[in-house]
Amino acid sequence: MTGFFQSDPVRVALAAGAVTAVVSGVVGVFVVIRGQSFAGHALGDLGTLGGSGAFLANVNPLWGFVGVGAVVAGAMELFGVQRRRGRDVATGVVLGAALGLSALLLYFDTTTSTTTGATITVLFGSLFAASPQAVPEMAGLGAAGVLGVVVVFRPLLLSSVSPDLASARGVPVRAVALGFLVLVGVTVSLTSMVVGTILSPALLIGPAATALRLTRRPGAAMAGAAVIGLIATWAGIVLSYASDHWPPAHRGWPISFFVVAIVFVTYLGVELVARRAR
Amino acid sequence: MFSGIMTNAWAVGTIVAVVAGVVGVFVVLRSAAFVVHGVPLSSFAGAAGASLIGVSSVVGLAVFAPVAALSIGWFGRRRRRDVVTALVVATMLGLGALFLSWSNEYAAQIYALLFGDVLGVTDAELWLSAGLAGAALLAVAVMYRPLLLTSVSAEAAAARGIRSGLVDMLFLVLVALVTTTAVPVVGALLMFTLMVGPPAAARAVVRSPIGAMALSVAIALVTLWASIAASYVTNWPIGFYVGTIGAAWVLAARAWSALRR
Repeated sequence: MTGFFQSDPVRVALAAGAVTAVVSGVVGVFVVIRGQSFAGHALGDLGTLGGSGAFLANVNPLWGFVGVGAVVAGAMELFGVQRRRGRDVATGVVLGAALGLSALLLYFDTTTSTTTGATITVLFGSLFAASPQAVPEMAGLGAAGVLGVVVVFRPLLLSSVSPDLASARGVPVRAVALGFLVLVGVTVSLTSMVVGTILSPALLIGPAATALRLTRRPGAAMAGAAVIGLIATWAGIVLSYASDHWPPAHRGWPISFFVVAIVFVTYLGVELVARRAR
Repeated sequence: MFSGIMTNAWAVGTIVAVVAGVVGVFVVLRSAAFVVHGVPLSSFAGAAGASLIGVSSVVGLAVFAPVAALSIGWFGRRRRRDVVTALVVATMLGLGALFLSWSNEYAAQIYALLFGDVLGVTDAELWLSAGLAGAALLAVAVMYRPLLLTSVSAEAAAARGIRSGLVDMLFLVLVALVTTTAVPVVGALLMFTLMVGPPAAARAVVRSPIGAMALSVAIALVTLWASIAASYVTNWPIGFYVGTIGAAWVLAARAWSALRR
């Protein structure tokens, strides 16, 4: 473990992972309450599109991810995600079209650049590869995301729990839904940029679902989700660092594997305990 | 375009389109798009693991697809299926990332598994796909009535003594079967577009389940044939065509049914 905190990639990973975990936890609670896990997962997948596009155009991936997240969220809303019935099909169709496009962009990436790793980098991106310059930008966007949730907290909660009551009280339910989906798109894209598109939906949904099993109060669940996500991410970083000389390849197991495994096991454990308690 | 190595591509493409078109109608009826997206993605881990121990990727798919489908069904029994699906998929993908980090797989091969590769279909895979597809179609024929009834009205199904939990599990196994058939051709990421796009378009136009099934198969066939041809001509990945053409059908069908009203 000597040198763990001296290593620059590790420090960047810890910082970027912390931002990711906190923002995902806060936004994730509403994703779970609103039953939009598929949309959250899909928007994470679509980080691929932004990432591969930015790779191709040679611009800062941050803007590729954020731009695509916002645009796709808008498209899903237009396609009818607001209705419960048929929502998953609408999400699936938009996801399919966008994934097709990202297949094309990745194909261009692999044929035009000399590095063939674009697919892997975009899909399975590693926290250890996060650039130090990206951390302040991420922290800024992350803070904006959390602030966004805090500002619209009451109307969002009301329209999530009872859309009829919300519209009776004059809450613009559709506008809130669209705004929230765009927020999810930006958040998930942001996190998939650093942790890869596998990990970002796991961090969005896993800790939030776990926390909501432990408490019914949304505010407490947000804090709980952020803490669970933070612990899972940091533990993942430590384990991945420690696994440097583990068999069979002797080159370190991926962070995403550890984090996802911790998140999943935590969820299952809490779920089982909660079932037994009843 | 129709000779030599492409013969297998056309044959497998046709098989995949027929099965996806038929099963897809139930996917749309049961609002199971997320599961259908998740199972192929999860089975990607199996393909990565298979290449690690040196067996055919189809074997890996055949093991991991049912495991993923059944764990989604098992853990998501009571409620919160979407949450469980998201977590199972993420866990399986994490496992896939782990296997990839152990192996020395070329990026191009991983890309092919994710986004499909029509040219890579061997004779053995063709026969395997045909067998699995036959099994899937047979299963749909046998379970047709309970499957339809539980999809449309859970109460009516329960009143007639149909065990909807069991039907649901069988349906998930069916999805896993189709996944194993189709992933090597269309790719893990875009498999589900064939099972969602054409049936959703067909459902928007035709109400009766059998009619929707026939139309959905026809649309899936046209989509996949056009995609194979276009991919052959332009050399672009087939997943791009399947994804965009699939979405275009849904848009067109919605516009058509909106105009008729």
